[in-house]
Amino acid sequence: MAKEIERAGIPTVHICTIVPISRTVGANRIVPAIAIPHPLGNPTKPKKEEKLLRKALVEKALRALETKIDEQTVF
Amino acid sequence: MKVVHYLNQFFGQIGAEDKAGIEPVVKTGPVGPGVLFQELLGSEAEITATIVCGDNYFAEHIDKATEKILAMITDYHPDLVLAGPAFNAGRYGIACGAICAAVVSRLGVPAITGMFAENPGVESFRKTVYIVATRGTTAGMRDGALKMARLALKLAKGQPIGPPGEEGYLPRGLRKNYFAPETGASRAVTMLLKKLKGEPFLTEYPMPVFDRVVPLPPVERMSEVTLALITSGGIVPKGNPDRVEASSATKYGKYDISALQRLTAESHETAHGGYDPTYANEDPNRVLPLDVARDLEREGIIGRLYPYYYATVGNGTSVARAGQFAREIATELIADGVRAVIITST
Amino acid sequence: MVLELCSVSVEDISWGRKTILDGTALLVHREGLLAAAKGNDHRITSVKAFIARPGESVRILPVKDVIEPRVKVEGKGGMFPGLISGVETVGTGRTHALRGCAVVTAGQVVGVQEGLIDMSGPGAHYSPFSRTLNIVLAVNVKYGTSPHEHEEALRLAGLRAAVYLGEAGRNAKPVDVERFEVRSPFTPKRGNADLPGIVYVYMLLSQGLLHDTYLYGQNATSLLPTLIMGTEIMDGAIVSGNCVSACDKNTTYHHQNNPVVRELFKRDGIDLRFLGTVVGNCNVTLPAKLRAAQYGVKLVEFLCADGAVITKEGFGNPDADAMMYCAGLEQMGIRTVMITDEFAGVDGASQSLADTTPRADAVVSTGNANERILLPPMEKVIGDMRVIERMAGGQSGSISQEGITVELQAILGATNELGFEFLSAREE
Repeated sequence: MAKEIERAGIPTVHICTIVPISRTVGANRIVPAIAIPHPLGNPTKPKKEEKLLRKALVEKALRALETKIDEQTVF
Repeated sequence: MKVVHYLNQFFGQIGAEDKAGIEPVVKTGPVGPGVLFQELLGSEAEITATIVCGDNYFAEHIDKATEKILAMITDYHPDLVLAGPAFNAGRYGIACGAICAAVVSRLGVPAITGMFAENPGVESFRKTVYIVATRGTTAGMRDGALKMARLALKLAKGQPIGPPGEEGYLPRGLRKNYFAPETGASRAVTMLLKKLKGEPFLTEYPMPVFDRVVPLPPVERMSEVTLALITSGGIVPKGNPDRVEASSATKYGKYDISALQRLTAESHETAHGGYDPTYANEDPNRVLPLDVARDLEREGIIGRLYPYYYATVGNGTSVARAGQFAREIATELIADGVRAVIITST
Repeated sequence: MVLELCSVSVEDISWGRKTILDGTALLVHREGLLAAAKGNDHRITSVKAFIARPGESVRILPVKDVIEPRVKVEGKGGMFPGLISGVETVGTGRTHALRGCAVVTAGQVVGVQEGLIDMSGPGAHYSPFSRTLNIVLAVNVKYGTSPHEHEEALRLAGLRAAVYLGEAGRNAKPVDVERFEVRSPFTPKRGNADLPGIVYVYMLLSQGLLHDTYLYGQNATSLLPTLIMGTEIMDGAIVSGNCVSACDKNTTYHHQNNPVVRELFKRDGIDLRFLGTVVGNCNVTLPAKLRAAQYGVKLVEFLCADGAVITKEGFGNPDADAMMYCAGLEQMGIRTVMITDEFAGVDGASQSLADTTPRADAVVSTGNANERILLPPMEKVIGDMRVIERMAGGQSGSISQEGITVELQAILGATNELGFEFLSAREE
């Protein structure tokens, strides 16, 4: 999906757990996530800490969108 | 059964390249290679008409020519349509493919053509019509016509069609199930021993080559743009109002979040059937991070969060289908001025 | 280390006053079976039992697991070590397997990822369990039981029922005795040294709650790849706890009868040397996947393998694990064949796998799970028909007068990735 939206003209970042799959299907900006059942969370952490973790991931994704790249890049 | 045959100006015995501009005309009965086809089809089928069109005319007026020829074919109410064979003639190949495709999809009548594997018509039409493999030149006429006639009769009678190698058509790029003579485990061990001995073996699934998109330039002022969230993790409003499927999704949902600060276990859940849903259902922000996106919007780091999010289920959903969802979503996002997208996947 | 796996033939099943094997007819005392299935599990509120025979107009859904009834008659350990019997190592001695019948757990099940078995009609061509005499258990649990507890209650009830039925075969005269011998890979039988050494890489889908496989009762989720003997696999050391799409779920029955293990034993000493099996999982984080694949590749290399067969369970992210194993082994010069199913879309025009590697040049396809099939109505449904719309492979509007249209994905075992079936896909 990331590839097709990027092809349509909107810069797209893919936050996903299994980076090789994202590479295979052709996302350009890739941010590795935490785990398949909770890509942007970690249930073993206290709520507050978990949200900070999530925020850090989304901020990393925003930075990825603001970064110039020439090929598929994992941030 | 009644058969209509399509030919270009050369095989339709009107003339060579100088006649390539002629508009479609109808001739009664078989013409040129049609005589050979009639002989091969035997008494079961009769070529009642032949439609001849110049290659240049067709190439320059594809839509108009297709309509005209389709109307001519319809007049004869055929049970089967043959086109060519076009060998390695590019314009002729495109014409044969386009006409067959239109006949199959719009008239629901079986149609078949023949081409050399490298004819550009093959790549354009092999997924929609049966194209028999021929040689590059007219020296392959008899052999090509023989294979075309045999397959055409099978198609017209609704008989099951075997694999490409057996029936003589070019592979259509479609994966079809069949029952092999041995179990998968037995085939695997046999294949491995051949591979180890350096003997030839045939993989049952050649690895695909994926296409790539050149990365777009970066977003320049994030604090001014509208950002949209999309997830393939199946996060939907509680109760799954659009009934997005647990796997092999045939649809995606678009959901209003303009009044929401975060997702909760009461408001949202996952429809995804491919992963343990406990954590996502407990706190859907773990898949679609609305809570922190709102925080970042408030802090002015993101200009504005798009008032809707899109969701589908990536589980077993084909790459082609997912691509189609993405193209539809992108059209809406562009219309609404969205300049950046975050997709989350499980 | 030798296991004699003895086939005890079951050609008919009916309810009886006691559970006994009379020739090839299995008589089952219903109350005894229900009591065995329920055990002391206070989570289970009720169990119902049904018989479903091949050719009957019966549809079973949703199906949780299938188990072959067996009994250990000689040698160490018992059935389903770590879950039903102790944790003593199995895989030696003598085991009686009741061939031709199976325990099927169905009814109210966790999640939406279960599938169906049709006992007749077109769907019956696709499931091996359409050809077995099935004792179907519909198990209900207390309201409010957590999904994890629910799954465990069902899993254990099915295993207990299989052990109960297996006992009936203890004194039966086997129709066939297969002898499987495991030798240390480092002491090849004389005269065999020039045969290629083959290792089986057996990926268990084990990712945490609801996607779990058990090895001697331990959840494989926390497992680093390890070695196991083929006879242990055949003797019930691996048990399914999986709630995943039905077509490529490896049920306990599939593990008990793993066709790759059987094939490698069959050819051991003839055209290959079966060096051993590496079991691993496919976990949910990238580091865990990489760790497992690298550790597993090292074990295969340690066994001095020339080649390896890789099998998986499920689709999507497990494709990534399979590709990591494949690429890792090929890089070491160990030639591989991978068995996988395909998700090529209903029309077969899409890419089949979520992940690929150019090194996977020898792949066995067990079919396109997206291909659709129309299943005509059945006179009797065991379980809950309405589940079909929510089931993986079903879709809203699946139910019509003519029957139900589903993808093969919904049929239990249709595209099994251990290579249990004949189904394949090719380009047309």
